[in-house]
Amino acid sequence: MSVTALKEPPKEARRSGSAAVVRLAAPTTPARPSRWPGYAKSVAVSVLPPLVMVLLLGLLWELLCSGPGATLPPPSRIWADSKDLILDPFFVAGPQDIGLGWRVLVSLQRVAVGFGLAAVVGILVGAVIGQSVWAMRGLDPIFQVLRTVPPLAWLPIALAAFRDSNPSAIFVIFITAIWPVIINTAVGIRNIPQDYRNVALVLRLNPIEFFWKIMLPSAAPYIFTGLRIGIGLSWLAIVAAEMLTGGVGIGFFIWDAWNSSRLPDIIVALVYIGVVGFVLDRLVAGVGSFVTRGTQAS
Amino acid sequence: MPAYLELSQIGKSFSRGAATTEVLRDVSLDIAKGEYISIIGHSGCGKSTLLNIVAGLTPVTTGGVILDGKEVNAPGPDRAVVFQNHSLLPWLTVYDNVRLAVDKVFSGTRSRAERHDWTIHNLDLVQMGHARDKRPSEVSGGMKQRVGIARALAMEPKVLLLDEPFGALDALTRAHLQDSVMQIHASLGNTILMITHDVDEAVLLSDRIVMMTNGPSARIGEVLEVNLPRPRKRLELVTNATYLKAREAVLKFLHERHRYVEAA
Repeated sequence: MSVTALKEPPKEARRSGSAAVVRLAAPTTPARPSRWPGYAKSVAVSVLPPLVMVLLLGLLWELLCSGPGATLPPPSRIWADSKDLILDPFFVAGPQDIGLGWRVLVSLQRVAVGFGLAAVVGILVGAVIGQSVWAMRGLDPIFQVLRTVPPLAWLPIALAAFRDSNPSAIFVIFITAIWPVIINTAVGIRNIPQDYRNVALVLRLNPIEFFWKIMLPSAAPYIFTGLRIGIGLSWLAIVAAEMLTGGVGIGFFIWDAWNSSRLPDIIVALVYIGVVGFVLDRLVAGVGSFVTRGTQAS
Repeated sequence: MPAYLELSQIGKSFSRGAATTEVLRDVSLDIAKGEYISIIGHSGCGKSTLLNIVAGLTPVTTGGVILDGKEVNAPGPDRAVVFQNHSLLPWLTVYDNVRLAVDKVFSGTRSRAERHDWTIHNLDLVQMGHARDKRPSEVSGGMKQRVGIARALAMEPKVLLLDEPFGALDALTRAHLQDSVMQIHASLGNTILMITHDVDEAVLLSDRIVMMTNGPSARIGEVLEVNLPRPRKRLELVTNATYLKAREAVLKFLHERHRYVEAA
């Protein structure tokens, strides 16, 4: 948009013709009027194509699953059977009969605790590893092995240690999300420019000041990449963990619906999970780009 | 004059594996309080290493640095450095970059309001008061270097170390900044040690020019006193005989006797 504004020559300059003094228009005036239509257009460009695709895919799905031998329900049956779940996410009809919004919130609460712990511990451990060559050499291979263990494989050990399902589910989130945070933080801290370290040395910053004033801001872009991968993994893990541990989370809802053959409910729950995962990812990315707005050095 | 900053038989070798490279050999220099010293030499002669040794960022192999009667071997705000590439923290505003240094150095001795005033005072000193709320990425290269100078001055260092401070700037901006540094030096009387590879800059600013031989094992080749009265005016010096002679001496040293040899 700024390009179009530049192309437009100042009107007063054109009118004045060959007059001796040409007064230039104030730079703020020309860009304004075209702003709103441009904004609407960019929204339409990013919203319309996916909308059309969803409609087309829905249509295809309807066609494929409306035959007599279809094993999965078509969209029309999902609407007919699970309208209450779609339309009202926050109804409460009994202790186990609540809207999907509530279930998602319960799951999110677990993710918040597990992921929050993973973020704090991961950044601290990552900072230590990034600062110390020997910690890196000793711990990095271990982390690289542990990081490939699937989240659910931790669950039996967690259940044995905590003897309760809720802390176990939170532990699974924690252990899933922490590895990318540690590894990315460590890389970010190893990449702090020597210049900033020299500034810290000349100023005689102590380790705590160095951590807050140099390390965190300088490594923030890396840290947020790790956090973003971590939140995605946690959301993947919570659904699986809740299927096994029970409770009121969205994961257990799917398992429960499967056991009572409510396939349409499962599909509605899948959409919820997808949307919430998307929002979480965007949220962390948004916080990241807000926090790191100044760090890109020129 | 008694030496305020004394470099005493400094030697520096870097070893990588079995190979050892001697960068500096037996560099001795006495600097008086308030003196402006330039160190000039071809690239790779170890002049930046020498500055880092005085700053305490690089440890010496032999010899030592004595400042105001005490040996120094670790970095500290009494030897503030203006880095070649400004080294401002990009996530802090211009004001906060200077304030960080002020807070660190004067946290015990000055009140919050005094520290604020001192920060503003130093920004005004380099004519950057108007941009205090901008981030480094929003100001020009010359302005960044001004802020770097303000940050260093704000620490009230015993010695100000300038590491090719104007190297990355265009000629006009460089001239402006040189004038600013001359003014500051005239009014505050700082002791300044500057690394440069610009002959005119060295002659214009310095009381003495230290010329380094080519590395490896660089030494001080010659020390030239620039007997020009201060304040010095750039334009008047263009035809000044002393200026031209000093300039010729440095050029001859660099290009006749110690011609830069492409790494053989």
